[in-house]
Amino acid sequence: MRVTPGAILRVHLGPRGIETATVPHPSPSGFPGGRGLAVMELFDRAHLPFDDPDTPLCLAAGPLAGVMAPLCGRAVVASVSPLTHTVFDAQAGGRLAVELARCGLSGVTVTGRAAEPSGLEIVDGRATLRPCPERAGCSTTKIVSRLGFPGEVLCVGPAAARGAALAAVVVGRHGETLRGGLGLSLAAKNLVYVAVHGAHPVPVADPAGLASAREDVLRLIAASPALSGGHGFARFGTAALLDLTDSLCMTPVRNFRDTRFAAAKQVNAPALAALFAPRRSGCRACPAPCGKIARDGRPLPGLDALSHLTALVDNPDPHLAVAAYALCADMGLDPVSAASALACHAEIAGEALSPDRLLGLVDDMAHGRGLGRELAMGAAAYARSLSRPEAAMAVKSLELPAFDPRGACGLALSYAVSTRGGCAYRAFSIGHEVLRKPVATDRFSFAGKARMTAQSENALAALESLTACPFALLAAGLEEYAPLLSAATGIETSAGELARVGEEVVLAERIINARRGFSAADDDLPARFFTEPGTPGEDFATPALDRRDFLAARAAYYRIRGLTPDGLPDPETSRTRVMPWTD
Amino acid sequence: MDRLIAAYAEKLARAGICAPGEAVLAARDDVFFISPGHDPDASFVSRAAQGLGAGAAMLVRPTRAYREAAAHFAATALRDAGPDKAAIFPTDCETRTFFHDLPVIPGPGWPPPKDPQTLARAIHALSRRKGAVFSDGTLLAHGPLIPEQAFVTVSSLCFACAVKFFSEYLGRIRNGRPSPDMRSAMARVLSGLDDLPPLPARAPALARGPFTGAAPARSAMAEAGRLTVRGGLVDSAFGNVSCLVGDVLHISRTGAALDELQGQIEACPLDNSSCAALTASSEFPAHARIVTETPARVVLHGHPKFSVILSMDCEAKDCPDRGRCHVACREARFLGDAPIVPGEVGSGPRGLARTLPPALAGRRAAVVYGHGVFAVDPTDFNAAFAAMLELERACRDRVLARVA
Repeated sequence: MRVTPGAILRVHLGPRGIETATVPHPSPSGFPGGRGLAVMELFDRAHLPFDDPDTPLCLAAGPLAGVMAPLCGRAVVASVSPLTHTVFDAQAGGRLAVELARCGLSGVTVTGRAAEPSGLEIVDGRATLRPCPERAGCSTTKIVSRLGFPGEVLCVGPAAARGAALAAVVVGRHGETLRGGLGLSLAAKNLVYVAVHGAHPVPVADPAGLASAREDVLRLIAASPALSGGHGFARFGTAALLDLTDSLCMTPVRNFRDTRFAAAKQVNAPALAALFAPRRSGCRACPAPCGKIARDGRPLPGLDALSHLTALVDNPDPHLAVAAYALCADMGLDPVSAASALACHAEIAGEALSPDRLLGLVDDMAHGRGLGRELAMGAAAYARSLSRPEAAMAVKSLELPAFDPRGACGLALSYAVSTRGGCAYRAFSIGHEVLRKPVATDRFSFAGKARMTAQSENALAALESLTACPFALLAAGLEEYAPLLSAATGIETSAGELARVGEEVVLAERIINARRGFSAADDDLPARFFTEPGTPGEDFATPALDRRDFLAARAAYYRIRGLTPDGLPDPETSRTRVMPWTD
Repeated sequence: MDRLIAAYAEKLARAGICAPGEAVLAARDDVFFISPGHDPDASFVSRAAQGLGAGAAMLVRPTRAYREAAAHFAATALRDAGPDKAAIFPTDCETRTFFHDLPVIPGPGWPPPKDPQTLARAIHALSRRKGAVFSDGTLLAHGPLIPEQAFVTVSSLCFACAVKFFSEYLGRIRNGRPSPDMRSAMARVLSGLDDLPPLPARAPALARGPFTGAAPARSAMAEAGRLTVRGGLVDSAFGNVSCLVGDVLHISRTGAALDELQGQIEACPLDNSSCAALTASSEFPAHARIVTETPARVVLHGHPKFSVILSMDCEAKDCPDRGRCHVACREARFLGDAPIVPGEVGSGPRGLARTLPPALAGRRAAVVYGHGVFAVDPTDFNAAFAAMLELERACRDRVLARVA
């Protein structure tokens, strides 16, 4: 038996309401979904500005959503980023992937612009536009709680209404924030929220095969110290990584001027657990849920937000970090980028941020007031406006997350070449360089890192095209996910085939970015990392990155990817490319 | 890269996995490097890695005992399932967890094949799994990132085939008579056992405890790990070791080579003030429970083959848990004084972190079904090492007596 992949619902918003069309998934073989599907939907129109009505906004699930495949509950939200101006996809946890699958949909693509602030509700595959000007600019918790919608809700808050490039899409009741300024992309469609609910069962081609493949993955997850261990993500969330980045001198401190935080023990995951007695939350079907909700209902920050709202802004108070994080979620502001913009300002202005000042500036960023309005355009734009571009710790304008690249050369390369800007989860180099999975590599060497970066990017692109979580790589790999896909769809596939699909997804993103004017000049890191060493450890140094080694690794990466020395796709390929996964 | 290739070739020979010169290794960044005497552009191994998009690959002709066991199962799988579906299903816990099954490639793998059809079959097999077995027992493995992954796979495949071979043979003796094929394969396997590192005649004198500081504890752990590997009680890619000093458990890191623990030991406070154990061995939860719930202060974990083989040798017939012994066995079974307990790797609901610590109360060693031996002591590694060695020696003698 073969399972036909869910259709794609295309929604066009116009002055007279909505027009919808349901089109079959272009790949009867059933993959990709998620990131691959979103890129496919964006490919022909991604040269447009982010706020052009014809620029698509995509929500994509995939063939493993809704079938209880372990760690496969991550939908993708993608468009052209108002922050980076690259193609940009963000993974949404919660229930979105499952709700889309239960609507019988692989994805939803939205174009056009609603006549007034509205909500888009999709129930069992049928779309309805509900004008709601009264909700525009409301806090995200208020929007979600007042809607009382039975499925999953994505919404934007005041930050998007005020045009902030750091505006986040906020997912569900627990306030997961999606990066890249995608909140502004939603607002550009005049959408305040998108809500999805489905009640159809999701068909499976081979239930016994799926159960067996599922067991294989669950065994590996149980054996993964990072996911299921006594100090792993399931118990402490990704904040568990803070102790590791601290001991390895990889914690970005004071806008990446130092790499070890004196107050790390006061703000680490065990400290948060003691202070806030959190409960677990996470994606549907996740055996190692990494979300943590405080007893008072506020979401607790994961590693990137926790580290940046403490170490990066030199704040030793965990209560302040949690308050700032909750405020960001409520205002629909990306907390990682917001903290980075604040740290950039603190460095340029020489200002130490008091607790009141920090919370005040976050609120100002969300409401477009004074200095906050400047900071809300992102660290890169802010620093450029003051002729201090070197003070923005960002790649392609995406503020770097909570791993200092001087502590891991593969990470440094992956930040630079990432198609969506400075992101640690595109190649997940911290898996092998920090967490020693699937194998430990020498973090202070560029040797071999070009191939490792390309290989890992391909694997991640494939996994994210199945709606799998990047953390899956800490336990399993394509070898385990290929049998899951085969069982779910009835189409035989292999790890090798999935890796090739992943490679095509990355190449498609590179083609889009090249059309948008990106080249090797953008595949680079802030100069600080090549000129200033990080904080030394007890028995090791954290030297500045060697520029020549970095450039050699980047050139090798381009050769491995078949790109030109300037990081561009072959012009012929770029003109004639037809997505190979469309059978 | 040439140095790396030479280092892994030497490591394979030192572990008794293959004779010197009987492995071809290829690794690359943007260009290939390969074992001396082979053409990086034309070699079977580099072309296999190229076809897989992998960073490394290795083709290994194992020493006789491993090779004959692997060849026996390859022939059986090809006969039973045909060339397209043939696979070997390991019975030991770690290989089953991390490798699932081992595809079989029809035809000999040594010397390195030259025909495109075998290359295509090899690429097909490795696009599904980490390693594969040729008809003649030659092993092929790839490392998506680095050669270490291929080395771990080859090491695991050898262990898995040897354990499965002896286990099945013992089972057939118990239930009747092994087939003529298997008997002749056993004769060949037995004649090859001398190629493997011999068990030490006696336990070496190790650093004396108790250890009051981190430095002497770590030094003692490194010594115990190194000698456990050298004594053939575990392959370097497996096993783990820990020592409690104050309320900090020092434990080998996940993925660390047990015979190269310098700088590869994590200090994990047991007071829940830090998440340093994130990169500790996956058996950290079991070690932590052992040192907090029993008088033990050091824990040594190895995979001695014959102890693992006998842990799976059960007399019970018509047992309702048959087929789920590794997680569900309820029988009180022992190897000598050492209890045998079920339990999967890690801290899941059926994890050995739950079953092992109670079994070690008042004992020097316990065996996890199909997995390995955990040996403990309140002071240092001397008695723990000796207990593991004596257990393995006794198991080896019992197995060899029964299969003779």
